[in-house]
Amino acid sequence: MRSVQDYASVAGQDVVEHLRQLAALLQGVRIVHVNSTRLGGGVAEILRELVPLKNDLGIDARWEVVKGEEAFYQCTKNFHNGLQGTPVPMSEHLLRTYEETNASNAEELRSVLEEADIVFIHDPQPLLLLQSMPNRKGKWIWRCHIDLSRPYRPVWKYLRKFTLDYEASIFSLADFSQSLPHTQFLVPPSIDPLNEKNMDLSSERVEELCAPFKLDAQRPVMLQVSRFDRFKDPCGVLRAYRLVKAFAPGVQLVLAGGAATDDPEGEAVLEEVRFEADADPDVHILLLPPDADLTINALQRRADIVLQKSVKEGFGLTVTEAMWKGKPVIGGDTGGIRLQVVNHHTGFLVSSPEGAALRTRYLLQHPDKVQEMGHKAKEFVRENFLITRHLREYLSLMVALIYGDEERIKVEMHVNR
Amino acid sequence: MNSNARTPFAVKDCALVAIATGQKAQDLRELRDKLHVISPGSIYYHFWGGRLRPRFDDPQYVNDFATWTHYQVHDEMLAERLAIVDPKEFQDLESLRHELIEIVEQRLDEIQWPTVVPSDRQFHFIRSQIVVFDTGRVVESPEDLAETVPRMSLGSVFYHFIDARHRLQSGRNDFYTWLDGFGDTYRDLCVQIASIDPYFATLSELRTNLGRVFSEYFGRATS
Repeated sequence: MRSVQDYASVAGQDVVEHLRQLAALLQGVRIVHVNSTRLGGGVAEILRELVPLKNDLGIDARWEVVKGEEAFYQCTKNFHNGLQGTPVPMSEHLLRTYEETNASNAEELRSVLEEADIVFIHDPQPLLLLQSMPNRKGKWIWRCHIDLSRPYRPVWKYLRKFTLDYEASIFSLADFSQSLPHTQFLVPPSIDPLNEKNMDLSSERVEELCAPFKLDAQRPVMLQVSRFDRFKDPCGVLRAYRLVKAFAPGVQLVLAGGAATDDPEGEAVLEEVRFEADADPDVHILLLPPDADLTINALQRRADIVLQKSVKEGFGLTVTEAMWKGKPVIGGDTGGIRLQVVNHHTGFLVSSPEGAALRTRYLLQHPDKVQEMGHKAKEFVRENFLITRHLREYLSLMVALIYGDEERIKVEMHVNR
Repeated sequence: MNSNARTPFAVKDCALVAIATGQKAQDLRELRDKLHVISPGSIYYHFWGGRLRPRFDDPQYVNDFATWTHYQVHDEMLAERLAIVDPKEFQDLESLRHELIEIVEQRLDEIQWPTVVPSDRQFHFIRSQIVVFDTGRVVESPEDLAETVPRMSLGSVFYHFIDARHRLQSGRNDFYTWLDGFGDTYRDLCVQIASIDPYFATLSELRTNLGRVFSEYFGRATS
């Protein structure tokens, strides 16, 4: 288990001390995070790192997960798609399942949640837990990781009413915030530079980890890592690859993704992608297990070109991961990708398979540019998107919630070091 | 001997939380109208507060209004005019607000039709909450600044060097104010500190620059 001190080597000792001092203001505060899966997807990944680090700082933080049947996840997947703007069906049957599942989970988690000083509810899945906690003592915060900028209105209309009793919300970007009667904090997510997905790997280790996929070492690789989800546009990446291949016949494509336990659509999208790939021997479609972090790390390091051609994206942690490995990213001009890919500086923003193909060809022809942009990308992540910054913002907003709501909160408590 | 010779410099730290105000602008008219009513805290955030938030250090456009005008509105003339606004030349945030409104008004007079940006490219007004806390660390004598400043967190640099300008009526930073309390003893050092421009540097650059000034002044090697 890593300690906060371990991050001094990457982020600096001053950053670690700053975290310790902020955490000292939160001693004795009981914090609970609740989401809907321990495996797969960015939220679980962040919580897996963030909660132990809070513990290491002496904060009483824990992580709980709501559980449900297939119909529950079908409903919440519809919510997810709807909140990102896709018209989806909202059957009474699924909504009842959603409400009942939240109610039954509330019974199981009641003692923990009622006693907590601060509860973070992640995304819509456990949103209704608050309704079943009339005797709650603490402040409840809804942490929405989804691109909520242009939701399908019927879904948001249904869910919005359940957000109103929350003390505050947290969104990744200002563009995602909504008209709500409470404070809306802005906190972008982060990556952990020391976990298996992002730690340094020797070139021999990269080669060894990529060996099972039989990539030709002499030919360039285009890569997109993400769940098989239509919003990630894997078929658009395939089209871009074909356009590139006309000019660079040696290019290979890797589409690597895992499945999240709360995503029932993944299988269908994977089939569509396989169909579209049409058994091209240079297209490698990899369905990776949830613990394939080292493999993903190696693939990102091996790749010549990294894409994240999403058409909707809450944040896009795979973009951050690739940038941390010194790769410029060709990303869809949407959501949190815009916050990371600074056009022509840390990568390129594109709006079509043609745009992705054009930028890929450019980078394949300009390795010096890849190096220059990759360096900028890595430093940009170091300054802004590491877990230490994320932790600092969580700690700061918790202090703000506890100590007052003025613009300037002066905490007089002396911090012993 | 004056009072500062006995009062150590208490090192404080701060962290910033960004908050969406819900106010947005899709064209220059809306930007001007919102500038009239937005809280001073939001103007502070878009000029200074963002230093403690994820952002790409664009060498051309150091405030969010200029950045938006350049990248989203594509009005280069206005972007340049907004970029050159130096917030430290304004006595308070209200006068800064009026200057911004004036510049946007002038541009609206010059152009026939203000460009309307797509709805996902709007300017979002953000405000912030600043949590200020004591680090428990003190600098007993000015010589110690050479060693303390390079080890300060970026939050401390922000608090003492940038935030102080708005906190203190004098508009000076905390280092200057403390050293000034020693009378003429550190006059030259005060001048050197005052010449460090906080507007075009990142917080880590500011920390390096301050550390260098203190080290050189007190004859210590820069780490």
